[in-house]
Amino acid sequence: MPAQQHFDITILSFILATPFFLLIILYGIAVIKSNQSYRQWPWYHTACWICGNVLCILAVAGPLAEASHQFFSVHMVAHLLLGMIGPLFMVLAKPVTLLLRSLPVKTARKVTTTLKMRPFHLLLNPLFTTVLNIGGLWLLYRTELFTMMHHSMVLYTVIHAHIFLAGYFFTASIVYIDKLHQGYSFQFRAIILILALAGHQILAKSFYGYPPSSVERMEAEKGSMIMYYGGDIVDLVIIIIFCYQWFKVTKPKRYQPHSV
Amino acid sequence: MVAFIDEMVFHQLLGWHHFYDQSTTKIGLLSDGLFHAFSWFATVASLFMVADLRRRESWWKKRWIGGALLGIGLFNLYDGLIQHKVFKLHQIRYGVDVLPYDLVWNITAAVITIIGIIIIRKTSQS
Repeated sequence: MPAQQHFDITILSFILATPFFLLIILYGIAVIKSNQSYRQWPWYHTACWICGNVLCILAVAGPLAEASHQFFSVHMVAHLLLGMIGPLFMVLAKPVTLLLRSLPVKTARKVTTTLKMRPFHLLLNPLFTTVLNIGGLWLLYRTELFTMMHHSMVLYTVIHAHIFLAGYFFTASIVYIDKLHQGYSFQFRAIILILALAGHQILAKSFYGYPPSSVERMEAEKGSMIMYYGGDIVDLVIIIIFCYQWFKVTKPKRYQPHSV
Repeated sequence: MVAFIDEMVFHQLLGWHHFYDQSTTKIGLLSDGLFHAFSWFATVASLFMVADLRRRESWWKKRWIGGALLGIGLFNLYDGLIQHKVFKLHQIRYGVDVLPYDLVWNITAAVITIIGIIIIRKTSQS
């Protein structure tokens, strides 16, 4: 990895972190608005949102982010935060439901109609979001893109925005926290989830033997293990939530114990 | 219900097996990743399936144990005979005479399989 940066890290951190600060503020405003006309918005959703955003900020600004420019292993920690853990917390915060509740009914209807249009539908398709997410990772680490990223501020910003957004939409398309549409079957989502996990772990393990361009072997090995085991833990949480949702949905309707 | 139990069984045993992988060739990486992802998911899913069966009060413990044993036995037998011997994919240990290991491995697997079959037959008669 290049020891010298080709752009100003302070500006970069500022560009990448500001949206997350804004998201926290916007969520807060929405909670206040929603509480005026509906039941109290559960505190744990708010906690999830703050937690997710703070983790993302840590990944793009501050000491961790600075070290991630030099060390591939730290870079991997930052990516776990920005691409997996942060988005998961944010999905659990039910932001779209809150948005609809905080808007006037008319506007909320318009938003719902807009969300039902083609391009948004695509973002709820788990196959599409998996390609976006895992495909993006392969592209980043298995081409020269990773080296190029450290030379161009624009590229760096775009890639990091992509990592976050792809992580968010992938998680949202696998576990349905915001109920927006009919949704895909559990079987379909389970298959996609397994394939996505496999794609992530194959890539992670391959770093051990075949480091990405411009990464030293030692760092690649550490990064590989962080990505592999970190990914396993986050995916385990996603799988548990996913299975728990299945468990709730398949609850027998006419459940009468000890009777025929 | 039988299909359900079988499904669980395979999940349980696959969940076990991912502890021993050693291949690091490109194809090895690929199949390992797929296998790992599947077993990771299956381990969690199978536990929820057991919970679901218990909720419906149709979890048959004895038959389930029988199924689990059959699954474990068959899988390890398959692993021991086909993968180790026929395809020579991987060995239990390297650099030593593997015959005793192979014998212990395959006989244990066969015994587990037979116990599993016996339990299943018993539970289907009653």
